[in-house]
Amino acid sequence: MKPRALVIGAGIVGAACAAELARAGFAVVVLEAAHPSAGATACGMGHVVAMDDSEAQLELTRTSRSLWEELLPELPENIEATRAGTLWVAADDEELAAVHAKHAYYLTRGVNAEIHDQHSLRSLEPHLAPDLIGALRVPDDLVVYPPCAAAWLLALSGAELRVGLAVERAEARRVLLHGGVALEGDLVVVAAGEHSLPLVSPALPLHGIKPRKGHLVITDRAPGFAQHQIVELGYLKSAHSHDGSSVAFNLQPRPNGQVLLGSSRQYDRTSDEVEPAMLRRMLERAFRYMPKLRALPAIRAWTGRRAATHDHLPLIGKVGAEGPWLAAGHEGLGITTSLGTARLLSSLIAGTTPPFDPRPFDPQRLCAEASHG
Amino acid sequence: MRELACDLLVVGAGPAGIAAACAAAERGKKVLVLDENPGAGGQIWRAGTHAPPRAAEPWLARFRASGAELRSGCAVVEGDAARQTLWAQDAEGLLRTRAESIVLATGARELFLPFPGWTLPGVLGAGGLQALAKSGWPVRGKKIGVAGSGPLLLAVAAWLVEHGAHVAFVAEQAPLGRLARFAASLAFQPRKLAQLAALRWKLRGVPQLFSSWPVRANGRAHIDSVELATDGEPQGFLVDALAVGFGLVPETALAEQLGCALDASGAVAVDAEQRTNVERIYAAGEPTGIGGVENALLQGELAGASAAGDARAAHTFARRAARARRFGRALERAFALREELREMPDDDTIVCRCEDVRWDAARELDSARETKLQTRCGMGPCQGRVCQPALHFLKGGRADRRRPPLLPLTLGELAELAADRTTLEHETSR
Amino acid sequence: MGDAAHAHAHGEHDAGHCTIWLDGERRRAPIGASVAAALALHGWRGTRTSVSGEPRSALCGMGICFECRVAIDGVPLRRACLVTVREGMEVSTHHA
Repeated sequence: MKPRALVIGAGIVGAACAAELARAGFAVVVLEAAHPSAGATACGMGHVVAMDDSEAQLELTRTSRSLWEELLPELPENIEATRAGTLWVAADDEELAAVHAKHAYYLTRGVNAEIHDQHSLRSLEPHLAPDLIGALRVPDDLVVYPPCAAAWLLALSGAELRVGLAVERAEARRVLLHGGVALEGDLVVVAAGEHSLPLVSPALPLHGIKPRKGHLVITDRAPGFAQHQIVELGYLKSAHSHDGSSVAFNLQPRPNGQVLLGSSRQYDRTSDEVEPAMLRRMLERAFRYMPKLRALPAIRAWTGRRAATHDHLPLIGKVGAEGPWLAAGHEGLGITTSLGTARLLSSLIAGTTPPFDPRPFDPQRLCAEASHG
Repeated sequence: MRELACDLLVVGAGPAGIAAACAAAERGKKVLVLDENPGAGGQIWRAGTHAPPRAAEPWLARFRASGAELRSGCAVVEGDAARQTLWAQDAEGLLRTRAESIVLATGARELFLPFPGWTLPGVLGAGGLQALAKSGWPVRGKKIGVAGSGPLLLAVAAWLVEHGAHVAFVAEQAPLGRLARFAASLAFQPRKLAQLAALRWKLRGVPQLFSSWPVRANGRAHIDSVELATDGEPQGFLVDALAVGFGLVPETALAEQLGCALDASGAVAVDAEQRTNVERIYAAGEPTGIGGVENALLQGELAGASAAGDARAAHTFARRAARARRFGRALERAFALREELREMPDDDTIVCRCEDVRWDAARELDSARETKLQTRCGMGPCQGRVCQPALHFLKGGRADRRRPPLLPLTLGELAELAADRTTLEHETSR
Repeated sequence: MGDAAHAHAHGEHDAGHCTIWLDGERRRAPIGASVAAALALHGWRGTRTSVSGEPRSALCGMGICFECRVAIDGVPLRRACLVTVREGMEVSTHHA
C-alpha cells in the first residue's frame, strides 16, 4: 500500500505539493477549509518570473520557472499560459544602472535577458511614456491563470480533495480537525498560506507570516494594448519596504486582451475592502508609466493578501525535529515558486539531493529571528 | 469634482423613488433624485418616445410640482455609507452627491433563464423589449412571441398589441389551475380583477398558453422561430422577436455596496419604516422584495415621510404597505418557477453571456465563487447581473460578491473617484 | 423598412429627427430614441460580437446586461439602450 500524505491547503502551493508527492509515490489527501484557490491564489496576477531579490530567491524562482517551462506543452488552454516575458523599465539613470547590473547578474545565472534603450523600448511597447529611458527584457518569463493552474495540478496529483474541513492543528503524522476528529497519515504538509503558522504554533512564532494586502484592477478587453508584463524597476524598492505602504507599476496583458494592473503593498490591514487612497496612488503610478491607460474601461477592482515573511523567502522544510512539513509564506511569488517549493520539499522528504540550497528556506530561521527581535 | 448637496438623495426615479421624493419634498426637504434612464418613471412608467401610461400621470405631475430635482442619465457608480455620499456619472463625467439620508429605490431587473438559442439577437427580455420599444425600438407590424412567467407578460403583450405588434403567443410557465386559484383569491380586490379583465380583452385572439416555456430559439444571426413545450407537447412559431422573462429580481447592487444586509430571499432587509441596517439609508419598492407598483408607491411614501422625520404619516403608510406586501407574496407563490425549467439549458447553452461560458462547464462546480474562478462566469462587464440569478435558480447557492466599481469606468475616472473619496475621507476625519 | 429609414430613403427632413452616424453611415433617427432603437430601426441586428464570435444585441433594455454596448463618439462600453440619440453622434458597433 502507498504511504499516505496529508496536505493542508488547496491553493497553488498545496496543489503543487500534492502533485509532487503523488509523483513520489504517495497517496495524497488534500484538506481545504473553503474551496480550491480560495486564498491568495485567486487574487494574484499569475506572473511566473525570475526574481533576484536575493541569491536564494533567484535560485528558487529560476528553478520554478524552468519547471513551469517543462509543463508548458501539457498545460490545458484554460490555464492561458503565455510566454509574455517581463519588461523591467527604468525611469532614471539610477534605474538604468540597475538595468545593467541586473543584466550582468542574470547572464551569470543563466537567465536570458536583453537591454533595450529608449528607442527600442518604444517599439516594443508604444504606449509606454516616452521619457522612460530603458528596460531589461526577460523573454522567458511566463503568465498563467492561477485558479485553473491549481485545479489542474490537483487533478494531476489524483489527490482526494476534502473541502470544508477546519483544521486546528498539524502534527508530524496527524491532523486534528475542529470537533476533535483526527486524520492520520505518514506525513503532513502545511500549505495554508497566511493561516499556516497557527496550525504549528508554538513551534514557530505566530507572527512569522504577516498578511500583506495588495490591490488589483482589471480592464475590459483591449487587445494589443501591451505585449509584455511590464514592471517598474522601482518595484523592488516597493517590495522591500517593510513598513508603511507602497505602490509600484506592474501591468500584465492577459491572453484575452484584458489588462491586469497592480500593485500595492500594505501591512496590518484588517479589511479586505478596496481602499480609495491606495487605489488612487496605484493608478497614478501606472499613468506615469503608461498615460494611455487612463482611457481603458476598468471593470473590476479587488484586493488580496500575500503571506509575507520578514526576509521575503518562503518557509520550506520541517517544523522542528518532530513537526510536520511546512510550505508557506510565498508572499507575491507563490504562483512562480509553487513548483520549485514542491520539488525542494519532496527531495527533503525523500532525503535526496535538493535541487538548490535549502538552508535559506528553513522554517527554523523564524525562531532565530524572533529571539533577535 | 462637481458636488451636489441635499437633504434627501433618492436613487431611482421609478414609482418608489418618485413617491419617496414627493413625500420628502412636500415636507420641505431638499430632494435630489438620480436615475440612469433618460427620463422619469422607471421601467414601468417611463414615457420615452411614447406617452406615459395613464396611471403614471398624476404621480409624474405631483413629482414635477414637488420641487424635487431630477437628474436623468445619471448612474450611481459608488457610495460611502458612513458619509452619506454617492458618486454618479453623467454625460459630463463624475459627480459627488451628499445628503442627510438616502433612499434606495433601484427597482428590479428581469430574471433571464438560459435555453438553447437565447443569445440570438431578437431574443429580448419581456420588460426589456417594452423598455426598448418605449425608446423607439420598432415593434409595429412585427410578429412577437412573449414567454416566461409573471404578470408582466400579459402587460407587455397588451402593450405590444396596442402599439401595432402581432403577438404570436403568450406562454406562461405556471399551470392554469394555480393561476385560476390566484385569480379567484382576487375576488375582494375588484380593481385588480378589472385590470386583469382589461388585459384579457386587449389580448383577445392571442393564443395564451399555460404550462408552456421556450425549448429553443432558432435562427442564424437573428431569431426566426421558436419552439415551445406546452404541457410537454412541442409547438413551433415563426417570430421576428421573442420577449422572454421569468419574473423579477430585486436590484440590490448599490445596497450591498453600501453595506445593507439582505434577507434570506436576497432582498434588502428593512424595518417597518423602510430603514435598512445602515444608518440613514432606506430602501423602497422592488429592492426590498418584488411587490409591484402599489407596493412600491406605498413604500416610497413611507420611506420619504420617515426620512423627513414625519413618524405619524409613516405609521399610516406602514399598515397599507404591509397589505401590499401580502399581495406581492401571493403573486410570487402563484407564479413560482417549475422544476422543469432547470432542464432548459443543454450542454452547449451559454449561461454567462459576457464570457460565453457554457452550461457543461459551469454545471458541476460547487459554489458561485468557484464557478467564477474556474470558468470566468460573471467576470464580464455586467459582473454577473444576468448569469448569477440564473445560476442561483439552476443550481442554488449565493452569488459571489460584486467588486467595485458598480459600473465600468475608465481607469482615469476610477482614479478621479478614488482621489475624491480620499479627499472626502480627509475632510470628514478632521 | 422602418419609418426613419423610409424618411431617409425619400430625402425627407422633418423636425422630429436628427442625423447620426452608424458605423460611418449617415442615418436619421427620431429625436428621443435610444441608440439601441436607432440601430434596430436601421436594420442593425447584431450590434456586438461575443467572445466566442456570436452576434449579439440588446437583451435587457435597461442597462443591466451590457449586450447592447457600442462605442459612442469614441467612448467604448456605452450602453446603447440608455443613451439618447443626439445630432451628429457617431456610433460604432465594431469597437465596443
